[in-house]
Amino acid sequence: MPVLWLVLIVFALATVGFFVGRMRALQSAGGDSRNLHSLPYFYGTNVALKVLVPALLVLGIWTLLQGVIINNVVSSGLPASAIPEGSTIGLVMSEVRRVAEGLDLLVAEGLMSQSQSENLRAEFTDVRARLAEVGIALGANVENSVLKAAQSYRSMTATGSVIMTLLVLCLAIAGAGFSIAQTHKNFRARNTVERGVLVLLIAAASLAILTTVGIVLSMVFETRNFFGLHSWTDFFFGSTWAPNFRGDSELSILPLLWGTLYISFVALLVAVPVGLFAAIYLSEYASRPVRSFAKPLLEILAGIPTIVYGLFALVTFGPFLLRIFGDGGYLGIDWMTDARSVATAGIVMGIMLIPFVSSLSDDIINAVPQSMRDGSYGLGATKSETIKQVVLPAALPGIVGAILLATSRAIGETMIVVMGAGAIARFAGNPLEALTTITTRIVSQLTGDGDFASPETLVAFALGLTLFVLTLGLNVLALYIVRKYREQYE
Amino acid sequence: MTDASMPENAVKTSIHTLDARTKKRNAAEARFKAYGIAAIAAGLMMLVVLVTTIVGNGFGAFQQTFITLDVELVEKKLDKKGNRDIADIKKVSTFGYAPLLKTAFETKVEELGIETDLKSKSMSALLSKSAPAQMRDFVLEDVSRIGQTVEFTFLANSRIDGYLKGRVTRESIANDKNVSVEQLDFVDQMVEAGVIEKRFNIDFIIGADASDQRPEAAGIGVAMAGSFFMMLVVLCLALPIGVAASIYLEEFAPKNWLTDVIEVNISNLAAVPSIVFGILGLAVFINYIHLPQSAPLVGGLVLTLMTLPTIIISTRASLKAVPPSIRDAALGLGASKMQSVFHHVLPLAAPGILTGTIIGLAQALGETAPLLLIGMIGFIASNPPDSLASGLLDPNSAMPAQIYEWAKRADPAFYERAWGGIIILLVFLVTMNTVAVILRRRFERRW
Repeated sequence: MPVLWLVLIVFALATVGFFVGRMRALQSAGGDSRNLHSLPYFYGTNVALKVLVPALLVLGIWTLLQGVIINNVVSSGLPASAIPEGSTIGLVMSEVRRVAEGLDLLVAEGLMSQSQSENLRAEFTDVRARLAEVGIALGANVENSVLKAAQSYRSMTATGSVIMTLLVLCLAIAGAGFSIAQTHKNFRARNTVERGVLVLLIAAASLAILTTVGIVLSMVFETRNFFGLHSWTDFFFGSTWAPNFRGDSELSILPLLWGTLYISFVALLVAVPVGLFAAIYLSEYASRPVRSFAKPLLEILAGIPTIVYGLFALVTFGPFLLRIFGDGGYLGIDWMTDARSVATAGIVMGIMLIPFVSSLSDDIINAVPQSMRDGSYGLGATKSETIKQVVLPAALPGIVGAILLATSRAIGETMIVVMGAGAIARFAGNPLEALTTITTRIVSQLTGDGDFASPETLVAFALGLTLFVLTLGLNVLALYIVRKYREQYE
Repeated sequence: MTDASMPENAVKTSIHTLDARTKKRNAAEARFKAYGIAAIAAGLMMLVVLVTTIVGNGFGAFQQTFITLDVELVEKKLDKKGNRDIADIKKVSTFGYAPLLKTAFETKVEELGIETDLKSKSMSALLSKSAPAQMRDFVLEDVSRIGQTVEFTFLANSRIDGYLKGRVTRESIANDKNVSVEQLDFVDQMVEAGVIEKRFNIDFIIGADASDQRPEAAGIGVAMAGSFFMMLVVLCLALPIGVAASIYLEEFAPKNWLTDVIEVNISNLAAVPSIVFGILGLAVFINYIHLPQSAPLVGGLVLTLMTLPTIIISTRASLKAVPPSIRDAALGLGASKMQSVFHHVLPLAAPGILTGTIIGLAQALGETAPLLLIGMIGFIASNPPDSLASGLLDPNSAMPAQIYEWAKRADPAFYERAWGGIIILLVFLVTMNTVAVILRRRFERRW
């Protein structure tokens, strides 16, 4: 039975349970709701919750775990001979799943009977040709061991689904029965329901922690696998990035880190002066109409998706720079050979970060107390002297925090560098040459048909973990600085 | 006071004339102000440049060049046995239809009296490569059409389309093997005769992506459906979970270390690079749970995790804005804490929550990086999903991923598609943000 139907049935049961519970409570009170402990709908909600929560919880956990468990059982049952030279258990298992899926499809479309599909033998039937009928393309013909594994996979999945359906339905009915039996005019329905709702609220709030744990665990595990295959000294201290899918790669993060930091630096070189001066002008000089006009317009820049900036860098800005600095360009110098470069990605990213710097600094400058400005004016300072010598020093920690947050954004930015920065990992100082970044390499190592057991793919997780730690560190530092600063004036 | 008390070398100053130092200070003041104006101007100029680039480059995608031809569906070619048996007619591949196009061009040229040295083969090269397939589909739909002469409107080849839009010129095709100057001359004559014309292209908005060879047929409609299903998942999960989490943190959570951990966690999650969420989705949803790759469901789950912090932060702000007197009044009338929150605080905070949710959705709609990792690029979904389940589980793309895919392809004709896709994406984002602003203006209460 498809999961969707199961969910619908459980919801239908809950709805029925709601009305039954409500009715029963009113009956026990002789039709007068004043004799009840709680309002009638609490009795109904009590039943509905006890139907829904356990059933859906089991359904969710079972669906999540069934695939994993069956996968493990089947893969441990595979003989060592089933894994061909140069392949891995993961690849064989994905083939097993495809065969199983194909057999299911064949049965579903009526091209093969159920018993036929169970007794299929690779010696007698061309399984590959049969599967091709339903659009499942296999690279090689199916080995008998794989076919057997696929059949046990199918039978386990089928049994698992039946057990799950029964279990979920039983739980739902048991919940309904129990809670309806509970329902009586003296039953403290409101307290029970409210406690249940509170638990659900706590569960929702814990999801944030679960996400972080998921991020860290998923990357830590794969990173550990990576360091099992590749030396960590080469990753952290090597000097070359040269992935080679035939093995023997040199995978060092340093050239990527250099590219990342260089491009972020160029981006900040654009964003910080422009953003900071914009913030100073908006908060100190601009009249109210100018401010209410310019500020939202600047903030539009932050709302534009990064893919737009990426395309702008790739199609418009890169070729524009090439026409200036490239061979036969306006300046007649040949400093640039490719439209993708550090400057292309950096400057475009800088445009994206302008509103980020400006609106954060704007808030911080506005938080500097007016009395400090008035004191400065009273001593005869001009407006710009006041800003330079009083307001900015007072706002400095906050501005540093804002710049750190912008840096963290720049380091984690993906689309602009994927499209504008190029793919050459090296230590180069010329901003008109292509470099590559951590995020770019994560994308290129993980897209395409990588094998999740090779260091060339797993390195992406190590890169991701480094990126996560790097940006997290910057954020924590920035928040710490900002918070410390706020304590001074409030 | 006498003059004698003044030092002999004292500079006489007056408040009516500016001395050098004051002038310098005033100049510094003016300079500083000018820097500020320059910064604002630079920022706004970037915005203008971006917008003009987008509109200038993408507008063309909404127009397409079409060629109208009368094609005789010759029975001899399409149904050799003449018995209208659909199985036999299906055996005629698109190659069998190509000669009909050549004949159609020849007739058209004769009819219009155009003089050209062009061979009919290079004439039919003006058409999109999808033209024979279009005829074949038309015939297979109703076999009794064989033998008739039917007026078809074919897509023109992307080079011809580019020529009419000014992207391809006689100079730029010097090294292009796909199109010749003679063909362009012929196109000019055909345009004059009204056979070739540029029209509004609805297929770009509702159609599916096409292969590398046929930029003229590519559309963003199916990717839009993919985005729609992802947003559906985000809305169904992120809104209830986000609101529940905020209610707990804002109204019920005791001040202890666990609450602190959750709060710090949420503010940090909001700043985690989006690609990290992509890695999480790949590792957990695809490699561990084995959810189907490229499915909008997985994309939606990843984007849910990414938008949750945004929604939680804005929901908490709007819950905080509801004054405590409301809660106190409810409690005073005998409501439980839970009732006061759900019956009074939540409805009052609803506009703020809605605004935050819309902004979170807009952010998720434009996000690309995590989608690359869970495989929402690199294939062509040809049919729009026909049900909820297929919409959620069948491989699909999403608008930003589709734009990226186009930007990667070699043919510059796809760049026009990418910019056009961006226009559509931005129309959605602007609409969503405008709705959010209107909601805020309309329902915002000041206590």
